[in-house]
Amino acid sequence: MSETAEHTGHHIDVKQFHPRAQAAIQNPKIRKNFRSAMDGLMAKRKAAFEGWDLETLRDLGANIRMRALANLPDLLEQLEAKLTENGVKVHWAVDGDEACRIVTAICKARDAKTVIKGKSMVSEEMELNHYLEHEGIEALESDLGEYIVQLADETPSHIIMPAIHKNTGEISQLLHDKTGTDLSNDVEYLTASARLQLREKFMNADVGVSGVNFAVAETGTLCLVENEGNGRMTTTVPKCHIAVTGIEKVVPTLEDVTGLLALLTRSATGQHITTYFNMISGPRKAEELDGPEEVHLVLVDNGRSSIYQDDELLDTLRCIRCGACMNHCPVYTRVGGHTYGTTYPGPIGKILMPHLIGLDEGRHLPTASSLCGACGEVCPVKIPIPDLLVRLRQESVDGDKLHPAKVRGHGAKRGTMEAMIWKGWAWMHASPGFYRFGTGAASKLRALQPASAGAWTDYRTAPKLAAKTLHQRMKERGQ
Amino acid sequence: MSSRETILQRLRNRTGGELTVPACDFSVLERPDWSTEERIERFEKMIESVHGEVHRCTEDSWMDRLAEILSTRGARNLLVAKSHDIGQSLRNAGRNDLPELLIYDEPIESWQAHLFNEVEASITSTRGGIAETGSLILWPTVDEPRLMSLVPPVHIAILKASELYTTFHEAMKAQNWAAGMPTNALLISGPSKTADIEQTLAYGVHGPKELIVLVIE
Repeated sequence: MSETAEHTGHHIDVKQFHPRAQAAIQNPKIRKNFRSAMDGLMAKRKAAFEGWDLETLRDLGANIRMRALANLPDLLEQLEAKLTENGVKVHWAVDGDEACRIVTAICKARDAKTVIKGKSMVSEEMELNHYLEHEGIEALESDLGEYIVQLADETPSHIIMPAIHKNTGEISQLLHDKTGTDLSNDVEYLTASARLQLREKFMNADVGVSGVNFAVAETGTLCLVENEGNGRMTTTVPKCHIAVTGIEKVVPTLEDVTGLLALLTRSATGQHITTYFNMISGPRKAEELDGPEEVHLVLVDNGRSSIYQDDELLDTLRCIRCGACMNHCPVYTRVGGHTYGTTYPGPIGKILMPHLIGLDEGRHLPTASSLCGACGEVCPVKIPIPDLLVRLRQESVDGDKLHPAKVRGHGAKRGTMEAMIWKGWAWMHASPGFYRFGTGAASKLRALQPASAGAWTDYRTAPKLAAKTLHQRMKERGQ
Repeated sequence: MSSRETILQRLRNRTGGELTVPACDFSVLERPDWSTEERIERFEKMIESVHGEVHRCTEDSWMDRLAEILSTRGARNLLVAKSHDIGQSLRNAGRNDLPELLIYDEPIESWQAHLFNEVEASITSTRGGIAETGSLILWPTVDEPRLMSLVPPVHIAILKASELYTTFHEAMKAQNWAAGMPTNALLISGPSKTADIEQTLAYGVHGPKELIVLVIE
């Protein structure tokens, strides 16, 4: 990640979570935009699952993902073989930078000047647009939300609805400033303007880049879930299509897709299905009249194989990127996606990003949660997000290194003062004489106890020590 | 070592324990055996909820309905398949109430600008439909290329009621998709739409603004 950050200069300091959270909480526009959007999404999700045996369906989703992960290396090889047989060229990248280099090399081999992009979170991880621009290739987002965010020179604030932090007025002003459309609160008009602007781009782009929702090993099929049709345009109109995906997105069979699709769209936006479910299994055949001449798939690791090493953390890789956890998170709803300063915000970001950037960088992420459990309850593939948050919190302050660390930056959050206090605490509790003396003295001197105990007492009253210790009271009762 | 080998080796030599492979029971996706009538009703309800239109027709009436639909929209042309029955019967019908019929019979490169800027409507066949979600199954072919159902502002699709399945799972199994997929297969469930501007729905953002389904009973 640090390497990819270098080539862009767009890196947001993840460590500045607290000041950003403060600013977001005090920004009524952010509060209102997120609140109304998330309330709506929660209601829609609930309605979409009415009449379903949701628990059994979630079990199926979790099992499908787990079965895929259990056979991950074999499935990746099967996927590669099948895609190759279908005429798709498969590439492997250990990190985001390598993936960017692969995409750029394909573009340059075709002498491509312009790239049109469908929505893809892994390309956000790679910071692909900035990389391409640096290489002199224009990359334009074609999903309306991504297009808006790109015009504003921002990053997505939600993995499904990238421009959810902006209201219609702000978007109208932005489109007016950047593209010259008239100012209007008419969403139909704004959308129609974007359609016109992007149609030209679809026709003239040399390469289309897309993400992948599910990659099917059995048939060598890349599945894309979308509403707008920009994904179909991107993968059909340009002569070359490059799909990028994390290595965890592979599933064994087409049947698996039916279970996951049923969960994905309902969890994400409360839709029974999206407008388009696009299944791509190869480039245009000799006799076909449209479709790309070349199709590539870039399989991106970027930290995933390291998550794969740990039995507990592995559950993170089940994620199907529906965003339900952020839609239901009281913290996300109040601070918005940009506060996290990471590619993936919200609960899933809090457990996924520490793997990718290390706990030293992402030390505040696992603590940005009330541990209310809503994220775990709505997760369609039953990722135990709260448990993983607790585990990562523990690792971030674990000074004695009792736990074998899987995530970089183990113990990063442990302060010297805190370490000393716990050391003293442990020693006192192991020395009966000093323990009695210490607790007795603390009770006697309780008037001197400070009223503030750091951040804890910012919003709470400090607990008072009792006048007598438990040992003293038990003694008085003659026991 | 290549990146491919590095990644595969890391996955193969994982430090954790053996991963268990859970069984997957897909019966939760099953629905009661709906009658054809129930399937049509559900399909209609679902597709109308996302701004699509359903017209129930017969083998004898669909062309009249199509002519009506196109004339109320003032469509100047209609893109049809060259070999498929639908395209052939339209061309052979010799009707004067249909707009100009265009055929997609050459590579897109030679007429892309025309397709994007001039074509107002298209008609395609389907490989069936899915009642539960109001979806059409399309497997584009040489005769009905992919962009037919994407670029023109109005997409009209013909669906035989007898090919309407209850669920995606059922359709995929019944048609044995696992035996081999075409270069591109699609589920289409309504006209193109977005809610990216403050959650407000707008139709026709990049693909068709209208999806009209003629269900042949």
